[in-house]
Amino acid sequence: MSDFTNSFWPIFITVISLAGVFGCALLLWLTSKIKANSPNGDNTNGHVWDENLREMNNPLPRWWVWMFIITIVFSLFYFVSYPSLGANPGKLGWTQAKQYEQEMAVANEKIAPLYAKYAAMPIDQLAGNKEAKAIGERLFMNNCAQCHGSDAHGSKGFPNLTDNDWIHGGSPEKITETITNGRIGMMPPMAAAVGNEEDVKNVANYVLSISGNKHDSARAALGKEKFAACAACHGADGKGNQAIGSLNLTDGIWLHGAGEEAIIKRINHGITNQMPAQSAKFSPEQIHVLTAYVWGLSNNANHQ
Amino acid sequence: MRSSNNLKASTNTDAPKEATVIHLYAAAEKIYPRSTFGFFTKWRWAMIWLTQIVFYGTPWIEWGNRQALLFDLEAKRFYIFNLVLYPQDLIYLTAILIISALSLFLFTAIAGRLWCGYTCPQTVYTEIFLWIEAKIEGDRAARIKLDNAGLSSQKLIKKSSKHFVWIALSLWTGFTFVGYFSPIRELGSAVVNLGLGPWETFWIGFYGFATYGNAGFMREQVCKYMCPYARFQSAMFDDDTLVVTYDEARGEPRGSRSRKADLTNQNLGSCIDCSMCVQVCPTGIDIRKGLQYECIGCGACADVCDTVMDKMGYARGLIKYSTQTAIVNGWSHTQMLKRIMRPRVMIYAATLILLVTTLCTSLWLRSPFKVDVIRDRGVMARLAEGGMLENVYRLQIMNATESAQHYQLSATGLDGLVVQSDALDANRTVIVNAAETRGVPVRLQIPDGSVKSGSHAVAFSIHAVEDDATVTEKSIFLVPR
Repeated sequence: MSDFTNSFWPIFITVISLAGVFGCALLLWLTSKIKANSPNGDNTNGHVWDENLREMNNPLPRWWVWMFIITIVFSLFYFVSYPSLGANPGKLGWTQAKQYEQEMAVANEKIAPLYAKYAAMPIDQLAGNKEAKAIGERLFMNNCAQCHGSDAHGSKGFPNLTDNDWIHGGSPEKITETITNGRIGMMPPMAAAVGNEEDVKNVANYVLSISGNKHDSARAALGKEKFAACAACHGADGKGNQAIGSLNLTDGIWLHGAGEEAIIKRINHGITNQMPAQSAKFSPEQIHVLTAYVWGLSNNANHQ
Repeated sequence: MRSSNNLKASTNTDAPKEATVIHLYAAAEKIYPRSTFGFFTKWRWAMIWLTQIVFYGTPWIEWGNRQALLFDLEAKRFYIFNLVLYPQDLIYLTAILIISALSLFLFTAIAGRLWCGYTCPQTVYTEIFLWIEAKIEGDRAARIKLDNAGLSSQKLIKKSSKHFVWIALSLWTGFTFVGYFSPIRELGSAVVNLGLGPWETFWIGFYGFATYGNAGFMREQVCKYMCPYARFQSAMFDDDTLVVTYDEARGEPRGSRSRKADLTNQNLGSCIDCSMCVQVCPTGIDIRKGLQYECIGCGACADVCDTVMDKMGYARGLIKYSTQTAIVNGWSHTQMLKRIMRPRVMIYAATLILLVTTLCTSLWLRSPFKVDVIRDRGVMARLAEGGMLENVYRLQIMNATESAQHYQLSATGLDGLVVQSDALDANRTVIVNAAETRGVPVRLQIPDGSVKSGSHAVAFSIHAVEDDATVTEKSIFLVPR
């Protein structure tokens, strides 16, 4: 318990807690009987209001007292057993973190058999399994949809998972790898390597031309030569390389924005794009089911 | 300040007295209620049979493939015959609680603590336990004698067999109670095979212990010291409320007399001071002292007094249900009953009828499914094939029925609005399995440039094919600059 930086507070809490409990005990003892100036036997307690209104003594049953005593004893045991009195960690060693871990262990144990039956199934079979698909859909909705969209069609900077255009590879093994370890896609700023501002614009037009987009063909012809600087990663034909995660520039899919302006920006500034690793969140069996769902999005034409 | 002044004044004026010590806690005295027979007792037993047949019996009723009444807390589903309720339906619980409270107001305004005297589980189980006790140990006198006697083998046998029956009944009650939350047939076989879960064991034990303790030992002390309803019910009383009343004018002066004695000569009322009304009282009060907070309105004293009056050859009803005004004005039975239809009662009754009707209508019109539209926040809008601008939504469809349902999706609000979803099947519907929730990703598309940029209101219309019901949910469509 190092939650307090000042040692005054643990002492403060200890004093308040103990004073509270012992105060209750004292109060209980003090109020168990009273001295009353009343005629013997008339069963009034001597309190008089409004001239002649007298209070009758209706004693509570004695077991009430035992209830109070039990709560006092309980609180003393609680002080000893659980984190309390400011700095006492408690004999039972209970912490919130431990309880969370225990509950997670119980929950994981409960869902393990559910995933176990899918663990041995190959991905293509699993993608056709309705039950597994429903589980995968829920896992995706709760964990992946925030970035890739509920429909997995992605958006600017977040790849579309349904179009069979894979940056790091679309085989089940590669998808599992991506989910488990995450990915970092990094393109350095290339302006210096390409040349001056005009060269950058020419290269951008060349890139537009190889994907069949609207372009200035004169500039594209000039840019073709300068594209050599890009070819190291994107390949001479501009089709990219899944091994290093360089994008295919010929397929008309623009992860970071379409058009001349967006491409010039990328050449000038580069970009770093990251998908975080999910291994801490899921068990390998869960990732297996999720892989099947994601793989099925682009490899299984007959949805439902 | 005022009270202390008065206190001082009273000490001064009253002659010097010795200060006595008053204990504010005292051992509760055990009450030995005598068995009764008669009109009100019959009604109480009728209510005991009714409530207990419902309580012990209902969990065993099957409905289709499941228990008719099951509160599945873990799955967050309440199954009530044809109805499946979800946490979203909590409003119905609120309605039921309000209706219960209003019913209590109504019954209390008409005839006092009817609930306490006839149907409250505390009364019902105490009555059952008392019946068992009387069967084994005998009636009041025999029980007092037995408790005062020294330890003997006979006392040991009687006491232990009583507790054995009590505990068996209590455990059965605990088992039944848990059977409302955990399927009772499986629970039954789990008990037989000693395969109960830790929580099931705890709750059977806990509820059983509560029954045993409350009905066997605590009894009237629950009503006197623990029950909040008992306290606020007295606020519902007025001068026209029917309460168990001792007819003081007729009964006093009380006194014992020979059965053949002529009342006119002896200056005696009808009360023969036999103390039977005190002996039968489950809360140990003397009703002849007037209405007291301990009185649970069970009518046991009225029953026993009628028997005594019959024996004496007097008219019944020395202790009876009557009202303050009727006693003061000496009204007849009909005059008194006419006052039942007073504004207070009419207002309670009207409110109650209104609420019950509202609840029933609402349950009848309840949609068999629920939809939440959640607009994807990660994507504001994006361009899709064919020059379409699209927004992405997730329709969280909750099928509240017990069969799989197909849903048709449509949307209105913008010209040329197209609904697209990968989840659609060949008939352009989505399926949601029985009692399941599914998030269906949906794309709304409009031709790019067809509306000006900004936020546009759209509405989804979801139609359940099998149930022929439609739910409409609003959302927005964003068009970027």
